[in-house]
Amino acid sequence: MSTVFIALQANEETRPIIDAIEIDNPQAVVNRQPAMVKIDAPGRLVVRRETIEEQLGRAYDLQELQINLITLSGNVDEDEDTLTLSWNE
Amino acid sequence: MDMKATKKKLGMKERYRVLTRDLGWEPGYQSKEAIFPYVRYEGIKVHDWDKWEDPFRLTMDAYWKYQAEKERKFYAIIDAHAQNNGHLNLTDARYLSALKIFLQAISPGEYAAHKGFARIGREFPGVGTQVACQMQAIDEIRHAQTQIHAMSNYNRYYDGFHAFADARDRIWYTSVARSFFDDAMSAGPFEFMIAIGFSFEYVLTNLLFVPFMSGAAYNGDMATVTFGFSAQSDEARHMTLGLECIKFMLEQDPDNLPIVQGWIDKWFWRGFRVLGLVSTMMDYMLPKRVMSWREAWEIYGVENGGALFRDLARYGIRPPKGWDDAEQAIDHMSHQFMLGLYQWSFGTAFHSWIPSDDDMAWLSAKYPDTFDRHYRPRWAHIKKLKAAGTPFKNYGLARLCQCCQLPCVFTEPGDPTLTCHRETVYKGEKYQFCSDGCKDIFEHEPEKYIQAWLPMPALFSELGGDVAAWMDWVNLRDGADNGDYDGSRDQKHFDEWRGLATSNL
Repeated sequence: MSTVFIALQANEETRPIIDAIEIDNPQAVVNRQPAMVKIDAPGRLVVRRETIEEQLGRAYDLQELQINLITLSGNVDEDEDTLTLSWNE
Repeated sequence: MDMKATKKKLGMKERYRVLTRDLGWEPGYQSKEAIFPYVRYEGIKVHDWDKWEDPFRLTMDAYWKYQAEKERKFYAIIDAHAQNNGHLNLTDARYLSALKIFLQAISPGEYAAHKGFARIGREFPGVGTQVACQMQAIDEIRHAQTQIHAMSNYNRYYDGFHAFADARDRIWYTSVARSFFDDAMSAGPFEFMIAIGFSFEYVLTNLLFVPFMSGAAYNGDMATVTFGFSAQSDEARHMTLGLECIKFMLEQDPDNLPIVQGWIDKWFWRGFRVLGLVSTMMDYMLPKRVMSWREAWEIYGVENGGALFRDLARYGIRPPKGWDDAEQAIDHMSHQFMLGLYQWSFGTAFHSWIPSDDDMAWLSAKYPDTFDRHYRPRWAHIKKLKAAGTPFKNYGLARLCQCCQLPCVFTEPGDPTLTCHRETVYKGEKYQFCSDGCKDIFEHEPEKYIQAWLPMPALFSELGGDVAAWMDWVNLRDGADNGDYDGSRDQKHFDEWRGLATSNL
């Protein structure tokens, strides 16, 4: 199965976001590289607003991800509650 | 108890519709054909522009808000870098060669992409596409400006940064990136989208920005990490636009498939050749390295590119024609091109050097099948010549490829001992190429590529072969900007200033 990924800057804002992604995607692998974190997952990865809000302790707009996003791979689908990356095979 | 009436907020999809689609209108006194004349002449058939949608559903109001936040973060760090002797916190001033190439070749490409997106935002009829192109046009000029601004601090202390605009237009290795963007900008709007939005952004920029910026962090260059990641946060949106646009074309009409496939073949190879420069930056120019060019290719080329083309197979798309030749070239290209840069270092506005014993040990560990066998002996020979006081300088000028404009220094697929060279005759004139990929591209559009301005032939036709006059013309200061790092002013200054910064003598 093809890998999808999302890479975020390594900073205070993204720490709880990365935790949330790990909670929602148990199959994901978190790679910590200099100044960045790259999260790989087989076929599909879901980022959920609610889980981020629980980790962050405040309301969160998923579009805030734009600020710390470095790169991603896969077909994107976003609404208020989830950002999904997936490959169609 | 008072009930507070909450104003109903629009959902993301609704907001996107209102702030994007609803901005469009039906023309009354001009036909659509007259307003958007370029959208049909490439042969791409579109039946319903409303089917194109930005999957991030980013609207202009949110765009400004997040971009402003990115700029605030960027300038906080750039200021800190300039205020805290950031130019002395590098691992080594050799690192700056990679930055100089970036400034001379890549940042002007960002500006070219800005012009291109501003143009196609006007040429495409769909509102969703227009808004996304407008955002990308603004992103690209932001990248050019923030990169130039971030690197301007180095210009105060080091050579080779002062004339990047002249370098971009006139020096031989920068013309590789320039011709890539000129080629894209002089194409139609759909081809431009494949060239920049798809091949460059989706398939290739990960290789340029992600491991290289992580490398800048490793090498103590806070300024570059900041502009790199700030730019790359926009690239995620650009890649998504590129991928959406390609799916849109393929879903609109089956007749679009062969046209799109032809562009994917062409622009993959064009982009891959531009990456020749990047491979030397990653394998040779970072004093502290994050990963090799080969390792980066495995992650972002083989794995990610492979996934992408498996996904697009449902439309009938196959991997680009040059894919296998590219795979064969990966273990050779950085070495072959770095040897070229070193031997022609009199004509580069950055320094190159003979790799140290430690560097060569790293290279042979990363390239176990090729480095010791093919490239270590050549560096060893060059090292011997330098020790004997007769350093190897190649004052013969390189034969340039008519398509990608790189010197023909690469080898045959399958035989790393034989230089790859192709030629073709068109209207009685002979043209030279570095590869089958570049020759095929030329033969498909010869009238375009015979107009290419090539730096080496121009040195003879415009300056009579006078290298000193050429250096003046490109604003390259002989003995300061060019040549071996060993013994350069950059080396001397960095060592002196770092000494001053860390002691009281």
